[in-house]
Amino acid sequence: MDFKLKSQIMDAAGIKRALSRLASQIVENNVGTADLLLLGVRRRGVPLAERIADRIAELEGHRPPTGQLDITLYRDDLSTVGPSPVVNRTDIPVDVTDCIIVLVDDVLYTGRTVRAALDELIDFGRPRRVELAVLIDRGHRELPIQADYVGKVLQTTDDEIVKVMLEDYDEEEKVVVVERE
Amino acid sequence: MAFNRKDLLGTRELTVEEIKTILDTAESFKEVSTRSIKKVPTLRGKTIINFFFEPSTRTRTSFEIAAKRLSADAVNISASGSSVTKGESLIDTARNLQAMAPDAIVIRHRSPGVPHQLAKMVEASIINGGDGAHEHPTQALLDAFTIRERKGELAGLQVAIIGDIMHSRVARSNAHLLTKLGAHVRVAGPRTLVPPQFDKIVGESEGSITVCNRIEEALEGSDVVMMLRIQRERMSDAFFPSLKEYSIHYGLTLERLALASPECIVMHPGPVNRGVEISSEVVDSARSLVLDQVTNGVAVRMAILFLLAGREID
Amino acid sequence: MKLLIKGGRVIDPSRGVDEIADLFVEDGRISALESESPDEGIDIFDASGFVVAPGFIDMHVHLREPGEEYKETIASGAAAAVAGGFTAVCSMPNTSPVNDNASVTRYIIEKARAAGLARVYPVGAITRGSEGKELAEMGEMKEAGAVAVSDDGRPVMDSQVMRHAMEYACDHNLVVVDHCQDLHLSAGGVMNEGRCSTELGLKGIVSAAEENHVARDILLAELTGARVHIAHISTAGSVEMVRAAKRRGLPVTCEVTPHHLALTDEAVISFDTNTKMNPPLRSEADRKALIEAARDGTIDAIATDHAPHHFDEKMNEYDCAPFGVIGLETALGIALKVLYHEAGIELSRIIEMLTCGPARAFSLPGGSLEIGAAADVTVFDAAREWTVEPERFKSRSRNTPFAGWLVRGAVVTTFVDGRQVFRAG
Repeated sequence: MDFKLKSQIMDAAGIKRALSRLASQIVENNVGTADLLLLGVRRRGVPLAERIADRIAELEGHRPPTGQLDITLYRDDLSTVGPSPVVNRTDIPVDVTDCIIVLVDDVLYTGRTVRAALDELIDFGRPRRVELAVLIDRGHRELPIQADYVGKVLQTTDDEIVKVMLEDYDEEEKVVVVERE
Repeated sequence: MAFNRKDLLGTRELTVEEIKTILDTAESFKEVSTRSIKKVPTLRGKTIINFFFEPSTRTRTSFEIAAKRLSADAVNISASGSSVTKGESLIDTARNLQAMAPDAIVIRHRSPGVPHQLAKMVEASIINGGDGAHEHPTQALLDAFTIRERKGELAGLQVAIIGDIMHSRVARSNAHLLTKLGAHVRVAGPRTLVPPQFDKIVGESEGSITVCNRIEEALEGSDVVMMLRIQRERMSDAFFPSLKEYSIHYGLTLERLALASPECIVMHPGPVNRGVEISSEVVDSARSLVLDQVTNGVAVRMAILFLLAGREID
Repeated sequence: MKLLIKGGRVIDPSRGVDEIADLFVEDGRISALESESPDEGIDIFDASGFVVAPGFIDMHVHLREPGEEYKETIASGAAAAVAGGFTAVCSMPNTSPVNDNASVTRYIIEKARAAGLARVYPVGAITRGSEGKELAEMGEMKEAGAVAVSDDGRPVMDSQVMRHAMEYACDHNLVVVDHCQDLHLSAGGVMNEGRCSTELGLKGIVSAAEENHVARDILLAELTGARVHIAHISTAGSVEMVRAAKRRGLPVTCEVTPHHLALTDEAVISFDTNTKMNPPLRSEADRKALIEAARDGTIDAIATDHAPHHFDEKMNEYDCAPFGVIGLETALGIALKVLYHEAGIELSRIIEMLTCGPARAFSLPGGSLEIGAAADVTVFDAAREWTVEPERFKSRSRNTPFAGWLVRGAVVTTFVDGRQVFRAG
């Protein structure tokens, strides 16, 4: 599939600044790092969670534990998504019960991924509170879900695609809006 | 498109890429079985029929647990004998199953080819849970998974398969699968129980298959030993004189195992006849992975159910 | 009543004829064969571009009547026969009841006469009930019209019984037909033993199970002087033994089926139960040996072993489904495709195996276009390609391994006693 670039939203520095702000807000809101657990939603939520944890460590002198959620098994569109999507490992290093969990994802769109992540999380135990941090909120929600921490809010149309590109997976580091050609 | 099949009928037709997809997916599912809530909603609302025409506790239970951990509804149907003795032809069996609108049917049958025949008649995914002496693909996949878990890589490994090769679907499915993954398979057993041209049944691959004249020859330097279950009724068909003689000449003892590589692992598809094809000392030793095989069986079957259910329907 | 079959390539191996000629039929008999002829006031069938041969004879069919009329009747089997170019068939005795006495023999002949299509020559049982123990009433069956004896499908295991059967058959000038199979060696087998059976986990039938009895029968033929016919020969080893026996002048003949000429055990890998027959489809080496034996004259006849089974019975597990496939309506197309178009065997040799070959082996009338013979004539197009569509068969059953095959060689019309009993639509 070919894409047409429409606009660039953030460069590497912009991403870094946004993540710093998210880190500050998370520790401010939770008054420190006690019981905090950052869970990245696969795939691009995972490096974002790691980077936020690094930033929190710089701010607070203590790095909260991090983990990753693979929500494939909790998707509500398995029968239409085929052929079989790749299932990856969920890795949660500590018992989630009584933790304050911050789910981290790159883009908040319909809210269905977050719904799946919440369902999965509940199967691991009973967290005290679950919060949501996203780099981009592009609107068009299909479920009553809101982020607690947002890097940037974008007005988009349904035809547009927000691509978050990170060095961990992509050749460059930027956020762009593209459209299918 | 790593896996887009309607059915899993055997390992013979799987590509290397498909095999790796199943094994990689199974690794993720193994983690699910370690959670306190060992259940994910993935196949909610799907119906899976376990249709066993042959008595089986292990495989049926493994499939049932796999289905339930994926939130599918698993139904067990047991029947004995052939459709002929029941007075119902295979086509009627197929139509009755179809009428229940299952999403997948796991079938075990004493006659080779029944899953293949049913697959052409029903829309549901057919999973071969063992058809006579033909194939038992999920067993071979869980064996490969278990080997990979221990050895990292199958390519280049020497794998000895020993015992009643003739009547073993496990031997056939493993012969196809292991050679595809680049392993070198050696088979051995009493001459009466090694069918002709067994070394010719597999296709071109990185691996190889050799029929050995003696069990010691197969064991020499091997990295993996798979022992096959010997069935008592083979005695009455004059395949060998007695279980005692069988165990003396073809059984796996610690002495014989010493011929294998020092890191050699021992496997058995179960149920084990202690003291016949394998001694208790070997079964209970640290090298025996018999229970790992059972654990991994659930993960591999979850992966298969997931991959078949997620296929593209056009 | 006169008929002229005009301008065809007349091939009559019984007399070494192969020429473009007009064939005259008068009152149901061949009256003349000429190159140029006046055509005043008689029925004319234009056979130009076609082969005109003696009516084919299939020395090995199962018509299922009496007893299993849901699979085939004598009438439906005879209709299938003439559609396949066969003007005569020999019906095997494994009906229910077994054709082991003159009353069953007469019943079959009567039914065939009523059908009025192909001639049906009953083959009687060797032993009572084909149980392999006591001899059947061969003399009476012969008088009633039986042309040979066989316990087809249930081979006589007791060699002493077989010896006596051969000795007794000599007295009545009957050929002993044997389905050669050592039942102990083949016990439980459902396909050829070899690479494919090993791969499929299906129980094999080793070649030696057939060869064991071929060897025995040749020895007994030598001992007793009986005429022995080996049914549906299937292995290279059997072929070699028959070749050697013939060289020594022993009265041994054999037949081969179209499916053993066209298919190997590789076909079983589909688990299609229409690849299950007895003897089983063998290896490629065996198939090649059969083709060579057809070429060099070791094989006397092409016989279909037409074995109808109901769809329901074949729709079962491979190892539970009954043995047997039908063959009357595909025999010519398969034989010409494999032997003529692929192996390059001469047409006259192939027609010999369909006409005078079987006639000589069983001492049957027919198989020749000599003047005065009954006008049993088959006209076919050796080149025409057609696709096998089982639903168009005249047979009551559909169990063919050739469904969907593109074959070459099609029957145009069939005459029995000068009557047109089949004409391609």
